[in-house]
Amino acid sequence: MELLIILLLVFMIIAALNALEGKDLLSSVVSLSAVGFGLSVAFLVMGAPDIAIVQVVVEILTLIILIRATIRHDLTTVAEGTEFFGLLVGVVLLFVVFLFGLEAVKALPPFGAPIMDAVASAPSRYYLEHGLKETGAANIVTSVILDYRAYDTLGEATVLFTAILGALAILRGRPLKKKKKG
Amino acid sequence: MAFTLCFVLFMVGLYGVLSKKNMVKIVMGLVIMNCAVNLFLIMLGYKKGGVAPILEKKTNLADFLARSVDPLPQALVLTSIVIGLGVLALTIGICIRLYEKYGTFDITEIRRLKG
Repeated sequence: MELLIILLLVFMIIAALNALEGKDLLSSVVSLSAVGFGLSVAFLVMGAPDIAIVQVVVEILTLIILIRATIRHDLTTVAEGTEFFGLLVGVVLLFVVFLFGLEAVKALPPFGAPIMDAVASAPSRYYLEHGLKETGAANIVTSVILDYRAYDTLGEATVLFTAILGALAILRGRPLKKKKKG
Repeated sequence: MAFTLCFVLFMVGLYGVLSKKNMVKIVMGLVIMNCAVNLFLIMLGYKKGGVAPILEKKTNLADFLARSVDPLPQALVLTSIVIGLGVLALTIGICIRLYEKYGTFDITEIRRLKG
């Protein structure tokens, strides 16, 4: 099972590199959605079917949004002559972050042994044990997002509403017309 | 191994954000980083041979407790995915607006055109 996840991750890394290095923006967008669908399959393998479904829907919407940004503009290729100083700073920064990240990966629990097994008073154990009795939902994820942590879901809806409102405010070409004095 | 590869995927996204000149490519780097972080959180809750946290009629509760994966990261990642979509819509909106104003996706060109 771990081998399958590793293969999926290698596929996603190759697709991500192809998306970033591709010359044509439209093919980059298609390659990027390969990353998203690979992610969806990985979720399905790791016992998270709800998230896999949401990821598919979100990936299709991402594709639509990115194509809307690229398809009408004919100037989709940008000359990639990078400045030397900027490239140097970027590579050094990436290297430093990579070293620190490898140290952090060493401190993680082994793959396939979640923290809720090691900690006796983990909230996840409570949700799994009492979720059906207290909320009546057979799907424990649903009982968490809609009952135990419903305020998080409310906050999510607020953030999403604000982001869409911001996008509409940015994309609207003209300012609002002033009311005529009658 | 799996955590390291997930971190490499995050680094690919970070490389895109740092070194690309095309604005849409930078947004793509952000999307890749978002994917990597979501996958990492789900991996933290994965149990070897685990089943999805959904109860059936014939399921024994003790057996279910021993085998189910962690439901809490799944619930929070569900929130995170949808917020990622909202952020993507906002950034692409900014990109389209900048294209209408300057006629290019190149950030160095836009930097030169100011003032």
